[in-house]
Amino acid sequence: MIRPGDLRLRLVSALAAILLMTPVAGLGPAACYLGLVLALVLAAERTLPWRRLLHLEAFLVLLFLTLPFTIPGETLFRIGPLAASREGVLRVLVLAAKVSGSVLLLSLFFARAEPARLGAALRALGLPEAMVRIFLGLVRYLGLIRAEFARLQDAMRMRAFRPGSNRHTWRSYGNMTGMLLLRAVARAERVDEAMRMRGYAGRFPGSALPPPAAADWLAGAGLVILAGLLLLWDKT
Amino acid sequence: MMAIAELDGVELARDGRRVLDRVTLALEAGDRLAIVGPNGAGKTTLLRTLAGLERPERGRVALFGQDCRSEAEFRKARRRMGFLFQDSDDQLFCPTVIEDVAFGPLNLGQGEAEARATAAATLERLGLGHLAERITHKLSGGEKRLVCLAGLLAMSPDLLLLDEPTNGVDAANGARLMEVLAGFGGAMILVSHDEAFVTRIATRGMLLSDGQLEAAEIHVHAHVHTHPHLHRA
Repeated sequence: MIRPGDLRLRLVSALAAILLMTPVAGLGPAACYLGLVLALVLAAERTLPWRRLLHLEAFLVLLFLTLPFTIPGETLFRIGPLAASREGVLRVLVLAAKVSGSVLLLSLFFARAEPARLGAALRALGLPEAMVRIFLGLVRYLGLIRAEFARLQDAMRMRAFRPGSNRHTWRSYGNMTGMLLLRAVARAERVDEAMRMRGYAGRFPGSALPPPAAADWLAGAGLVILAGLLLLWDKT
Repeated sequence: MMAIAELDGVELARDGRRVLDRVTLALEAGDRLAIVGPNGAGKTTLLRTLAGLERPERGRVALFGQDCRSEAEFRKARRRMGFLFQDSDDQLFCPTVIEDVAFGPLNLGQGEAEARATAAATLERLGLGHLAERITHKLSGGEKRLVCLAGLLAMSPDLLLLDEPTNGVDAANGARLMEVLAGFGGAMILVSHDEAFVTRIATRGMLLSDGQLEAAEIHVHAHVHTHPHLHRA
């Protein structure tokens, strides 16, 4: 049992582990964290979520290019007039390990979770109903709105529209964005009305979730304790 | 005679299902072709393929005597064709009616004032002058349909592709729509499951089912019939 099966415990333990790792500044604990998470992911899934990581690593490359040259400290090497500091390189490595580890952890815990079940778990943890509804509504309607966007673009192309950098283009895109927002609001109102017509009174009745199994408690606690130990190592 | 639009052995699959199966058709100037078929038969896909919004895996698409394969070739052809989308809301994106109708003419290179004049004249011609300053998303379903059509006609197309033209249109607006389409001089393809409407305008008919297009004929039944009406009491 490497990760809790219960989504509530996954939410709480992942949040706690990530918060505990935030202040870590030493390369040892950070690398250890990344290694542990990698081992968890490989044990559970046998493969890494490359596509998800790609977006993140692009951002990290940016840090690799800037941080060593902007943090003052002992000079490690020079490129022309720029000096890379030991402290800067260290900071980037720590950051990369922590961020990659956390994203991998989140993807391991939540990538395959059904949005509806995640919503139920968030609700059970006491998140305000409005926020749960925003989350579930986003998941449900993002696809629809994206499809609407694609059809609007098709219709514009059919009327000989060619985007360029001119006033006509910017105004057309402005109008289109405005129209999408307006429709999204109108749709939200219709959905709300349809829900009310079916007896919705501001809360999903959804049955209470069963208490998590003992093994889930164990796995969740294990994760938090490991993160706590790493923090302890870092601070001593 | 040069064909306005041609499909030759067009095949297209989506999610492993054959949506168009060796579809062949030729449309000549002045032709008004009605394509009738049940939901999911591939009617919309057929129109989208003609417009280049969908590319076939096999087969040939030709518009105005030119083979079209690349986006650039289709883009040129689109300046001469109008596509009425199944859902009017997919087309209307400008705040006011006049702006939306002027969008096409602007894309064809008309100046601001000229495009507005073209739009105003088109609306006037269709008897929609009173809608010019109205907000597009507050129009009724039938008005939206007619404004969409005005947006296409403002570009003086030679070919109209109409996807379910009677969608959400009431009787009065339907009669006006019929009038406008009957007065259109170019070629058109009407795709619908509303057989009664399209066969009144069309000069030819074809049937599409399970992605296969077959020739059909339009004939008039000369028999006495009764049907229910709703009148003011």
